[in-house]
Amino acid sequence: MSEKPIIELRDVAKSFGTVKALNGINANIREGEFFSLLGPSGCGKTTLLRMIAGFEDPSGGEIVIDGKSMRGIPANRRPTNMVFQSYAIFPHLSVAENVAYGLKRKKLPKTEVTDEVNKALSMVDLSGYGGRAAHELSGGQRQRVALARALVMRPKVVLLDEPLSALDKKLREQMQVELRQLQQSIGITFILVTHDQEEALIMSDRIAVMFEGDIAQIDSPEGLYRHPVSKRVASFIGVMNFLDARTTGQSDAGVSLDIPALGKVTVPASHVPDGLDANSVESVGVRPEMLTILFDERETAEAVAKGVVTSTSYYGDMTYYSVALNETKAPVTLSMRNTAGRSVLPAGSEVRVGWGAESIVLFE
Amino acid sequence: MRPGRAKKLWNWLAVYAFLYMVFLYAPVILLPLFAFNESTIIAFPLSGFTTEWFTVLVNNDALARSVENSLFVAVTTAVVSTLLGACAARAAARYRFPGQKGVIGFIMLPLVLPEIIVAVALLVVLMQLGFSLSLWTVIAGHILICMPYSIAILSSAFQGLDRNLEEASFDLGETNWGTFKRVIFPLVLPGVISSLLITFTISLDEFIIAFFLTGTDATLPVYIWSQLRFPSKLPSIMALGTILLVLSIILLILAEWFRQRSAKRQGVEAAAGGFI
Repeated sequence: MSEKPIIELRDVAKSFGTVKALNGINANIREGEFFSLLGPSGCGKTTLLRMIAGFEDPSGGEIVIDGKSMRGIPANRRPTNMVFQSYAIFPHLSVAENVAYGLKRKKLPKTEVTDEVNKALSMVDLSGYGGRAAHELSGGQRQRVALARALVMRPKVVLLDEPLSALDKKLREQMQVELRQLQQSIGITFILVTHDQEEALIMSDRIAVMFEGDIAQIDSPEGLYRHPVSKRVASFIGVMNFLDARTTGQSDAGVSLDIPALGKVTVPASHVPDGLDANSVESVGVRPEMLTILFDERETAEAVAKGVVTSTSYYGDMTYYSVALNETKAPVTLSMRNTAGRSVLPAGSEVRVGWGAESIVLFE
Repeated sequence: MRPGRAKKLWNWLAVYAFLYMVFLYAPVILLPLFAFNESTIIAFPLSGFTTEWFTVLVNNDALARSVENSLFVAVTTAVVSTLLGACAARAAARYRFPGQKGVIGFIMLPLVLPEIIVAVALLVVLMQLGFSLSLWTVIAGHILICMPYSIAILSSAFQGLDRNLEEASFDLGETNWGTFKRVIFPLVLPGVISSLLITFTISLDEFIIAFFLTGTDATLPVYIWSQLRFPSKLPSIMALGTILLVLSIILLILAEWFRQRSAKRQGVEAAAGGFI
């Protein structure tokens, strides 16, 4: 992956009549990266993808692909290829004919077309399926054909519009890993549109989180999870507890807070977002796995809060506890791995909860 | 319901179904029966087997001309109404525009309008406009009544067409025309053939409009009607009817076969929207 942008989005805006779908998107997508557009339905992520593909024209701004402005260039002359949500496999053509579809206009010799098609099919693990009819394929296989059909064109960028949403959970998880591996081995830029935050975290190098026509944050999966810039991003990615807090002081060491549910703490300066106005902090976030029930009385932690279990959800490998801390009303959620010899605590149990200053996320 | 009563009801239903079938198909069966009957009188008992009436048909010039006329009218009607129907069906399936429902509704209206009303109204208008009656005026009338069928058949073909297929083709570098040629047309072709066959069949045996709007050139049904006045011609009309009956059945079966094949290709349930 290089730092060189393959796609530059400059103030890209889109309106449908009076409805604004996108309000001036600015982003650079790097060559060779797996980039995801993540957001709830209606946030404009699909519209943005379709504009990159050339199916929609921006109402404002400019899309630059590989250094060339795409203004006025239709979809059939862009170096992008799309994998559709419905796969859009041509039902009257065989698998091989589907994959070869785009090569026909390139006027390659027949043997070369066959070679390219076979190469693309083996890339997606469908060697020997060339003669099959489209309706003989399973959902996962159709998805692979759609991918092979895009890859055979040797695009600069592959666009994926919720490609896994029609698959069942097991297959989807398997395809997430496979797609990621394939992308890394061929090194082509992939742009994925998804509403599934877990999918985005698993597959992407970087993720743009979108709400209502704006990008709220662009970051690596880890950056997004650990340092969400807003409460909205924080609650969209994974589970986040929001706790009331009050700033009591600020120094070079960090920001000192009084969090009624947990206690007093100084969040180290390295964990304070740049440009944060410490006095405007009204709440903090903490992930469920950052809170630990201290099962053994002798166990200690950086800081400890007392609480009462109000309810439990058993997930097999994990148990999610709701715990009312320090006699506050709103319980926090925390997750514990169900390791050997550790039983699920019943509601009403009094517990000690360990936590640390570095797990606290500040929000304005 | 007690089992005894249920059984009784079933018996009555069976009787009803049987009578219905007799009423529907007995006259149709009589047609070939009398077509091969020796006597010129259409009555039982049958007197003997003959193919004479078919030979009479072949040697009848007026009949040959009317068949020619009918074929010309039916082929032209089928092609034009399928072409126009395809445009309307495509517009209805693909685009949203103001007044769309109303427009499609009005196009479909002739399906339920009494044909005689349509025929008389057309006649009055054509006369007022100073058109002379000919096979072309018959064709115009037939297109009017065939369009709803054509649109109904083609709508299901175009609606089954995933819009993403066109986008995928475009995305893979194909032009609009290339997309039509390589994706849209092959996928709606069975529907187009089905529409051609059905509109051809409808036009071929349509009587009322043809009767009102034709000039001196009679179509086949008009010719048949004119011959019914002569009892001696009846057996050869029966023979003609037999030929038409067989042809119609073959055409309808073909049309349905194409429609189902199209539905299957697109993965749509074949049961919906058929005429058979």
